[in-house]
Amino acid sequence: MNATGIGAAVRRKEDFRFVTGKGQFTDDIDRPGQTHIHFLRSPHAHAKIRKIDTAAARALPGVLAVLTGAELAADKIGNLICGWMIHSKDGSPMKMAPHPAIAHGKACYVGDPVAVVIAETLDQAEDAAEKIAVDYEVLPAIADPAKAQQKGAPQIHDVAPANTIYQWHLGDAKAVAAAFASAKHVTRLHIVNNRLVPNAMEPRAAIGDYDAGNDSFTLWNTTQNPHVARLVISAFIGMAPEHKLRVIAPDVGGGFGSKIFIYPEEVVCLWASKKVRRPVKWVSGRTEAFLADAHGRDHVTDAEMAFDADHRITAIKAKTVANLGAYMSTFSSSVPTYLYATLLSGQYDVPQIYCEVDAVYTNTVPVDAYRGAGRPEATFVVERLVEVAARELGVDPAELRRKNFIKQFPHQTPVIMNYDAGDYLASLKKALELADHKGFAKRKRESERHGKLRGIGLSTYIEACGIAPSQAVGSLGAGVGLWESAEVRVNPTGSVEVLTGSHSHGQGHETTFAQLVSERLGIPIENIAIVHGDTDKVQFGMGSYGSRSGAVGMSAIVKALDKVEAKAKKVASHLLEAAESDIVFKDGKFTVAGTDKSAAWGEVSLHAYIAHKFTGAQLEPGLKEGAFYDPTNFTFPAGCHVCEVEIDPETGITSIAHWTAVDDFGTVVNPMIVEGQVHGGIAQGIGQAMLENAIYSGDGQLVTSSLMDYTMPRANDLPSFTVGTTMTFCPGNPLGIKGCGEAGAIASPAAVINAITDAIGSEELAMPATPQAVWAAIEKHKLSHKAA
Amino acid sequence: MPAVKLTVNGKPVTADVDPRTLLVQFLRENLRLTGTHVGCDTSQCGACVVHVNGKAVKSCTLLVLTADGADVRTIESLAHGDTLHPMQEAFRENHGLQCGFCTPGMIMTAVDIVNRKGNELDEKTIREELEGNLCRCTGYHNIVKAIAAGARAMGTGAQSQAAE
Repeated sequence: MNATGIGAAVRRKEDFRFVTGKGQFTDDIDRPGQTHIHFLRSPHAHAKIRKIDTAAARALPGVLAVLTGAELAADKIGNLICGWMIHSKDGSPMKMAPHPAIAHGKACYVGDPVAVVIAETLDQAEDAAEKIAVDYEVLPAIADPAKAQQKGAPQIHDVAPANTIYQWHLGDAKAVAAAFASAKHVTRLHIVNNRLVPNAMEPRAAIGDYDAGNDSFTLWNTTQNPHVARLVISAFIGMAPEHKLRVIAPDVGGGFGSKIFIYPEEVVCLWASKKVRRPVKWVSGRTEAFLADAHGRDHVTDAEMAFDADHRITAIKAKTVANLGAYMSTFSSSVPTYLYATLLSGQYDVPQIYCEVDAVYTNTVPVDAYRGAGRPEATFVVERLVEVAARELGVDPAELRRKNFIKQFPHQTPVIMNYDAGDYLASLKKALELADHKGFAKRKRESERHGKLRGIGLSTYIEACGIAPSQAVGSLGAGVGLWESAEVRVNPTGSVEVLTGSHSHGQGHETTFAQLVSERLGIPIENIAIVHGDTDKVQFGMGSYGSRSGAVGMSAIVKALDKVEAKAKKVASHLLEAAESDIVFKDGKFTVAGTDKSAAWGEVSLHAYIAHKFTGAQLEPGLKEGAFYDPTNFTFPAGCHVCEVEIDPETGITSIAHWTAVDDFGTVVNPMIVEGQVHGGIAQGIGQAMLENAIYSGDGQLVTSSLMDYTMPRANDLPSFTVGTTMTFCPGNPLGIKGCGEAGAIASPAAVINAITDAIGSEELAMPATPQAVWAAIEKHKLSHKAA
Repeated sequence: MPAVKLTVNGKPVTADVDPRTLLVQFLRENLRLTGTHVGCDTSQCGACVVHVNGKAVKSCTLLVLTADGADVRTIESLAHGDTLHPMQEAFRENHGLQCGFCTPGMIMTAVDIVNRKGNELDEKTIREELEGNLCRCTGYHNIVKAIAAGARAMGTGAQSQAAE
């Protein structure tokens, strides 16, 4: 293995600037003549906006403009969109309500922007906002998705009767009903997948800068996908033609999905910069972010699993109500449908599955993809059903899983997904070994001697990643393709720039992508630069999310490298005066087969550009090739996580004694970075399972609306993790990569809840399993056993 | 506007400031030292940690006027040119960062932990001491490793220009 190639734990090239404080995040950038914008947001969850009086605000010192939805509409700025069409069972399209960037006529959630102030300083803008008089007619609000479709619930959007966006389904309802009718055992669960706030550490930010001389715009934005932002803002919102809008995503401090979407704030910053003829900068506050960033999860599900006499799963059915919030965010419709129901087979050979999903509007912050996006929700349903079923049937949870695992590939599930390769027995076996599953009984007795409860829980998860084959997702309603692009530019002196449509906001692409190039071209990793995040520099790309940058982004680079190698060999053949077919390229050197005639990489690159060894008729000068790679299938990372907990029954305080993760990610480019992704994902999953909850009051007030109320995982909430891998090569892409970015968050919540319910002997526990929730479940279980 | 006078990274600084100015705003906006970050508005996240008179302080929770006469050190003071401070090097070596946003505050807190608790830090101590620093990317696993390693390296006096 090359010390800086695929599989090496290369230390990251980007770290120097981050550890010295020399990163360039959006708020670190200031434009000459910059102004500051403050968003006035509705304090009501549901209200008509009768009148907005901005006179007093406009008169304050330093204020350049105070703008409302009326001015936005008058300037014909288009609405924000959801880019994935979902049809209901009856064939009707999803009910997408108009979503202006500044509310006009009605505010639909606490946080909905109703006016903006642009001023010389942020203090002046905030002071002026306090002087804006908004005349609201407060309306009844609905926050609970389980009640949003009931008769008498407040109606939020005229286009969506009963607040219903779509009623979608997947699978064969009749066949599933028949399987349940003849089942020997049925396990049933009611599951709430709790709403989460992503809280990347860098708050969102945008700088809109209108250039009057060229009638063009530049947007600096904390986005995971600058080209997609550019396309949506130009083609759908109509801010400017695409070629007159440059989007730059500089260093971005975490995304986890929350920075994919096109939000009101960047649209307004661009629009405002043209109105005031000066750059306009917005940086989110953290408390503001709770009301402005898309939330995640928020499903209510009734799920059932049917078994035959041999304990084989014969069918799974699920009915889910998914809360999409007050408006449909950019990818919101796809998360509880094609990113959720299609994973309900889990790792199991299940003949029939039927899933119904109702997506609803409520007067809450819009909900969209958040690390895992639909797959954590699916995994939680399946892995809780299997674990509870094992307890009900009196069989070992690992054995029940083994019996039902898919063992032959490729495997067509009943829910669209065709799993290409995997070995679920191997990851389960390794995980149980690393977790010392055999020794659990002894550890449990030891805990009990000290008055503590101890439990162990498994989660054998699978996900669909490497998002996605364009034609396939297009047929399912996606408005865009999900391929990726790369351009490999070799410079005359032999150094290489890779312009990638992927975007790194913590994933280390400047290192991992360079490892690929270093191995392939045999050149030092210091001589390779990875360029991303600027639509003026990089050809169109789809960005980073869905664990796709390895499987799709690196595949595009491989294709481009293939072309570079082919062209370089042509140049070398002229340089070395040999037939092209006799040129061998290995370890950065071109040799004529069977001779000692050779040329170094740097020689060939120079000659490609000085073009002295060939004519224009023989060969085009230059050494620069691009590629667009469209995957042929999703990829299917899978594995087994084992969580072991110890609980103090007096307080409900639960500590994680051990965490073991064994994942199959296919080819691993940088094991250090991959482990880091797993650690971070597990932390977010434990956060969901034990700590985090975005709680709304009945009238739509976000009760947990700052870091004082919303419990983020801290270092002393988490254990160290034991992480291992098994490997089945992914047949779908040249490097065999499955992807690893979301796995930890997908697997972990089920493992936690399976462990805690094992410890307390009761299934009546909802996420987050806070000490209070765990204690209450223990007490309730004690009482019910006394009564019995 | 009242005047403030303090030392930042060894250099004397004088300025007239709006009395509402927080230390973190002064560092970032007046002095263009953008390595110190703002991650929240309730003093939970720790991205803004600097050293004031040798102690770790959340610069979002201090008015710059309160730092009048103080010796302030930011992340920018740790490295010497291209030579990283051992704690910075430990973060790089142990993959103790991903997006890098929490990192300056995390490193300044780490150096402060060593200043107070010495060079041999166990996992439990480090995890407890990090209560005031949030990270959403790493799950803390490698941060804990990095701090333990950085603490030991600081003890061998390899490159100790910690907040002195």
